[in-house]
Amino acid sequence: MINKVVESMRAALEGVQDGDTVMIGGFGGAGQPSALIDALIEQGARDLVIVNNNAGNGEAGLAALLKAKRVRKLLCSYPRQVDSHVFDGLYRRGEIELELIPQGNLAERIRAAGAGIGAFYTPTGFGTLLAQGKETRRIHDRDYVLEMPIHGDFALIMAEQADRWGNLTYRKTARNFGPIMAMAARVTVAQVRTVVPLGEIDPERVITPAVYVQRVIQVGEGA
Amino acid sequence: MKPIGWTRDAMAARIARDIPEGAVVNLGIGMPTLVANHLPVDREVLLHSENGVLGMGPAPADGDEDWDLINAGKQPVTLRNGGSFFHHADSFALMRGGHLDLCVLGAFQVSAQGDLANWHTGAPESIPAVGGAMDLATGAKRTVVMMEHLTKNGESKLVPQCTYPLTGIACVRRIYTDLAVIEINKEGPATVIEQVAGLTFKELQRLTAIELTRGLH
Repeated sequence: MINKVVESMRAALEGVQDGDTVMIGGFGGAGQPSALIDALIEQGARDLVIVNNNAGNGEAGLAALLKAKRVRKLLCSYPRQVDSHVFDGLYRRGEIELELIPQGNLAERIRAAGAGIGAFYTPTGFGTLLAQGKETRRIHDRDYVLEMPIHGDFALIMAEQADRWGNLTYRKTARNFGPIMAMAARVTVAQVRTVVPLGEIDPERVITPAVYVQRVIQVGEGA
Repeated sequence: MKPIGWTRDAMAARIARDIPEGAVVNLGIGMPTLVANHLPVDREVLLHSENGVLGMGPAPADGDEDWDLINAGKQPVTLRNGGSFFHHADSFALMRGGHLDLCVLGAFQVSAQGDLANWHTGAPESIPAVGGAMDLATGAKRTVVMMEHLTKNGESKLVPQCTYPLTGIACVRRIYTDLAVIEINKEGPATVIEQVAGLTFKELQRLTAIELTRGLH
């Protein structure tokens, strides 16, 4: 019997190594897998490369992981926020590496990794600082930049419902990076609000099919 | 001396006038979000937000916030009937694949060629953040800018060449400022479509660091 539901955070994050690339879902607070981030701080892996749209808010979640000095490098599109003081301090002191990526390139590079694409050309960023040193090509009178996929060792995402096979539904704009990060990582761990019996999720409503999810942990009202 | 220009709400209302029913529109973070307040409720415009929502409605009433339903500025919003949700790669494919009729962006500078600078001042102490600005500028069918005509120091934000790092090259078609509505042309000077009352064309030209020509109105 397939059962991807794990009962402890230790089991959820089993195998995260120093130096791993960990994708973390969420756009601001929506879809941020807070319990998994707290567990990652507890787990203790260091020198992590983190992929997230932002660079943490306040003192909790991703900001707390940064503050604990576990992150060597951050790949994101929008680090600067009113309450991103933890990141701001690390960056200004040169204690963290930043790869700033236009948000559409970030999403598409993640998607490309999940879809087996070797690299792709996009017009976004052409002629800007963020395309410096990258291969370019003119195709049908338009200039493009070559962008590489971003693979993850782990993806930590937040979803609404799961079953024991790992089928996932999402809620509203909390979907954001979840489905594509799930495709791009070797091991995807989904923090979900509820686990329901197999067959209970309408197949038409499954957004991330079971194949992309390795572990499910229930956190929240149903737990 | 700085002339008295249109208010931000007047600028937003002017932009809203140019948005037809059925348009798929992305309003950038900051000043452009004001445009939504000036779209008549009976005009069906599909507002898109980069974080995976099409058919976005106004802010919820106090107490009705749902933090799983936010906009690009991470503020709570609502969904209109007919609205939909999708993941980030689909959302940016919508922006990058030419499916967005219009995007309205703020700007630090716009050049005579329509180059846009709006993501980074380039100052060494500043923390760069780009978000979806480059995708919008380059991907939308039509990119327009909403900005003050002059900087706080009274310098023209319309410039022969951008001195701040670029967001996109030759991507801006029209600029709505507090003093004028200006169309960028492929060749030749930019066309003034409208200007604020009480300001002569000559005065407007004096305040603007790119060459202007009078449009028909």
